[in-house]
Amino acid sequence: MTALRLEKLAHSYKSHPSRPEDYALKEINQVWQTGGAYALLGPSGCGKTTLLNILSGLVIPSQGRVYFDDRDVTELPTEKRNIAQVFQFPVIYDTMTVRENLAFPLKNRGMDPAGIKTRVDEIAALLDLSRDLDRRAKGLTADAKQKISLGRGLVRPDVTAVLFDEPLTVIDPQLKWELRSKLKEIHRKLAVTMIYVTHDQTEALTFADKVIVMSEGEVVQIGTPEELFEKPLHRFVGHFIGSPGMNFLPCTLAGTKARIGGFEIDLGVSFAADPKAKLELGIRPDFIKLAPPGVGLPVRIDRIDDLGRNRIAHVRLEGQRLAVTVPAILETGSDDLTVVFDHRRIGIFANDRRIEPDDRGGA
Amino acid sequence: MTGEARELKPYNNRAWFMVLPVFLIVAFSAVLPLMTVVNYSVQDTFGNNTFFWNGIGWFKELLDPNSELGGRFIDALGRNFLFSFLILAIEIPLGIAVALSMPRQGVAVSISLVLLALPLLIPWNVVGTIWQVFGRSDIGLLGWTLTGLGIDYNYVSGVLAAWITIILMDVWHWTSLVVLLCYAGLRAIPDAFYQAARIDGASRWAIFRAIQLPKISRVLVIAVLLRFMDSFMIYTEPFVVTGGGPGNATTFISIDLVKIALGQFDLGKAAALSIVYNLIILTVCWVFYTVMTHVENAERRVQL
Repeated sequence: MTALRLEKLAHSYKSHPSRPEDYALKEINQVWQTGGAYALLGPSGCGKTTLLNILSGLVIPSQGRVYFDDRDVTELPTEKRNIAQVFQFPVIYDTMTVRENLAFPLKNRGMDPAGIKTRVDEIAALLDLSRDLDRRAKGLTADAKQKISLGRGLVRPDVTAVLFDEPLTVIDPQLKWELRSKLKEIHRKLAVTMIYVTHDQTEALTFADKVIVMSEGEVVQIGTPEELFEKPLHRFVGHFIGSPGMNFLPCTLAGTKARIGGFEIDLGVSFAADPKAKLELGIRPDFIKLAPPGVGLPVRIDRIDDLGRNRIAHVRLEGQRLAVTVPAILETGSDDLTVVFDHRRIGIFANDRRIEPDDRGGA
Repeated sequence: MTGEARELKPYNNRAWFMVLPVFLIVAFSAVLPLMTVVNYSVQDTFGNNTFFWNGIGWFKELLDPNSELGGRFIDALGRNFLFSFLILAIEIPLGIAVALSMPRQGVAVSISLVLLALPLLIPWNVVGTIWQVFGRSDIGLLGWTLTGLGIDYNYVSGVLAAWITIILMDVWHWTSLVVLLCYAGLRAIPDAFYQAARIDGASRWAIFRAIQLPKISRVLVIAVLLRFMDSFMIYTEPFVVTGGGPGNATTFISIDLVKIALGQFDLGKAAALSIVYNLIILTVCWVFYTVMTHVENAERRVQL
């Protein structure tokens, strides 16, 4: 079943947008499934909050339509939509107890007190808030407050989607994991669509089934965490996802070979690229191996960062910086080493966008 | 090395002399006059700067409702409390209502802020004069209009008219202060609260009760305190408008105090009255403040 459909949706805060830069959100067409966990991922100012506000009804889009379950809600006010939202900072009603907080949306919608009580108890149990039900919400910890915000959304039986606007910003690091797994657990138990806005790739990739990566008001890729990692469709995705991000090296193509400076790399497949386009070879640090001199392409090591579980070597190939994941134990002997690329994991990017090889069978 | 440095550090208590000018000015302007009042309050005089010891006689008389002085004092005190209660009951809700309906952005914000601040900038006696003239039935617009409509309005002879006039005057003069404080409190509420309330389907009234009122409660405490103190000490405006009349209907403690001290030249009585008056204001404010902070602390303790 279709939960959410965005049709030619675009938004500009200016009254007469003319150039693409005038748009906070460039045209998107999307279909999101009921019960899915989606993440909108992108840096600040990429339009993800604008999109979220359009979904929640706080912003009316300047173009396009929004459908919830085939109902056009584009101009419907927030309270009439079957959505709930959890904000960056905990929003709770200070003077009320946890129970009153959770009951508030139901009370406003005129539900009978007995029904409210059952529903509140149910949701409180789900969120582990049962013990605190009769305490003032004001004095609770930030993570409990966020759970109350979430609970106020879930308590409504009509809610089909919950929107999260960077909900873990003010949560202590050790509690972030806990709260996130709580969200996953709730998502499994209830058939609600969850849309999670964040600029933190770890949060997005661990939370969502599908991640929508946005940059400069544009959706640059939608995919599972694996797809984003292994086959980024845009230079931005490669760069933004992964730590450190994908390496990009300017190259030229000749048949099945890519040329980087004076070196050639065999890709196994050929690409038909626009000869005027800016061509780059992209590869994740994880798919490059350091090798002894003479085996691969010669590099110089600048430095090695120890990240605990693994280490990142920063090397130079033909003057280009390159990050390489190296095992914790590495005998270097000298600074002059070589690198070997896993050619199946190489992506070719023309004008920042990934291009597909001519002959798929060869890959 | 450090020990040596410590010993070498110059200690010179003569620096305390630097405080002396401040001490002298405070003593000259505050401590000595206050002590003079205390001194008067336990003495009696028949002029010529000769004083007789009277102990706590004036205080006894003042607090005895059957004596002439005590009766006057209790009546005036009652009027003071009634006045403060009435203006708080009007100015606080009105101030909140105006603050809620003020624009939140654009040039309209500056315009309304300036307009609201205007009455606050007018000196007390000028406010009194404005209303004194405004309420006159011969040359004042308000008095003339009301009389023209057939309403018997005369603040010089009618007790009710006099009270309505001074209360309206105080509301006109000071509601802005409550508005400005509340407006600042309201502006500090993040938008997310309003968005969440909309999603929760809250009505306008529910938003006020659940979000706005709790968030401005702190500034409201300050507003109530300021308005109470100021209204309890009111002197100039009713003095200019009604002069304490008709009869003694608007004679507040401050007005009576001036009558006793400068009219009758009863320095002892006036001094005792000043001290008691001062103590009442201090006590009420202290009780109010303690109760408010206590409630907040108790809340915090419950949550821990």
